[in-house]
Amino acid sequence: MKFRQILLDGIWFKNPILVLGIGLCPTLAVTTSVSNALWMTLATTFVLTCSNILVSMIKNIVPPHIRIPIFITIIASFVIIVELTLKAFQPQVDKALGIFIPLIVVNCIILGRSEEFASKNSIVSSIIDGLSMGIGFGLTLVILAFFRETLGANKLFGYTLIPGMEPSLMMIMAPGAFITLGFMLWAMNVIKAKFGNGGE
Amino acid sequence: MEIKLLFTILISTIFINNYVLSQLLGLCPFLGVSKKLDSALGMGLAVIFVMSMASFFTYFIYKFVLIPYEITYLRTIAFILIIASLVQLVEMVIEKVSPPLYQSLGIFLPLITTNCAVLGVTVLNVDSGFFNANLGLLKSVIQGMGAGIGFTLALLLMAGIRERLELADIPKNLKGLPITFVVAGLLALAFLGFSGMRI
Repeated sequence: MKFRQILLDGIWFKNPILVLGIGLCPTLAVTTSVSNALWMTLATTFVLTCSNILVSMIKNIVPPHIRIPIFITIIASFVIIVELTLKAFQPQVDKALGIFIPLIVVNCIILGRSEEFASKNSIVSSIIDGLSMGIGFGLTLVILAFFRETLGANKLFGYTLIPGMEPSLMMIMAPGAFITLGFMLWAMNVIKAKFGNGGE
Repeated sequence: MEIKLLFTILISTIFINNYVLSQLLGLCPFLGVSKKLDSALGMGLAVIFVMSMASFFTYFIYKFVLIPYEITYLRTIAFILIIASLVQLVEMVIEKVSPPLYQSLGIFLPLITTNCAVLGVTVLNVDSGFFNANLGLLKSVIQGMGAGIGFTLALLLMAGIRERLELADIPKNLKGLPITFVVAGLLALAFLGFSGMRI
């Protein structure tokens, strides 16, 4: 029952992007195509879950006033693992995501979950929290990327949708990212207003 | 010729490749601190300083420690530690030298560590190959400073608009974050106009 609540929290009630409003830079920057969004989700979820596990394991031996540097170092190590793995096995993904792979380190979601959840809860809950936050993050990214890719490039997973149609280039650039996320937040508010405050 | 190149770097990081509005870096503080003009200005100045200093120090660490020992894959971890200690240092110096300024900046200073634009500019310095270039140190610092100024510009514009948005009549569900994103999108659209600029 408790695990179900953690899972639902990450995906909907405390969705990191739509409700808490953190981790916005990778969200807006890499959602130019659905496949980029999926790779970013995979990388972030891996780092999030692994750092949650490690932080939860050492929570009792970390001196409280230097915990933030320790958490950052743990997160940075996992990010380097992801960076090197992608460089070795998926070079074109590494090229497409570019600077946003090293920038996973400063993604507020990961440090936020270490501080808020993993340093206070058991290992199993921390794993589930990491996975559910990753899924919540990923769902938002994929929906955003779906709209931006179909409208801005007239493509989906690299295949052209309507031959001969001129796509609106703005959607694939920075303004499209801001405006699409703005409309997504609006839709979220409308749904919440309709079904009470997101309660079950 | 070199002077012209430095000027080009400065102008292009401020306007053409504005870190917030066209490269989408540093969005959390951009949305978090842009509610009031004066706190936006304080945050912006602190970010300009930290970005210039971070570019300066990471240049030396990368060139004289990471490259000679062939451990460049550790750059992420090295840079984030440099930035974190730099922010801590700035905080201590400001507290000692000017308590009033520390009071007004107080809460924003530690937040700069997790500003992805700061780590972003140091990583971009590496990717632009400034470490082997002629006058590389100067170019890195100028890129850092330009990024900071561009961030401050975007922050100030946004804060000015948001102060007026408070009084505007907006549909209930669009209030707050959603309308802020739409406004940021329009600002980004305006900045897109700079991309045709030739210097």
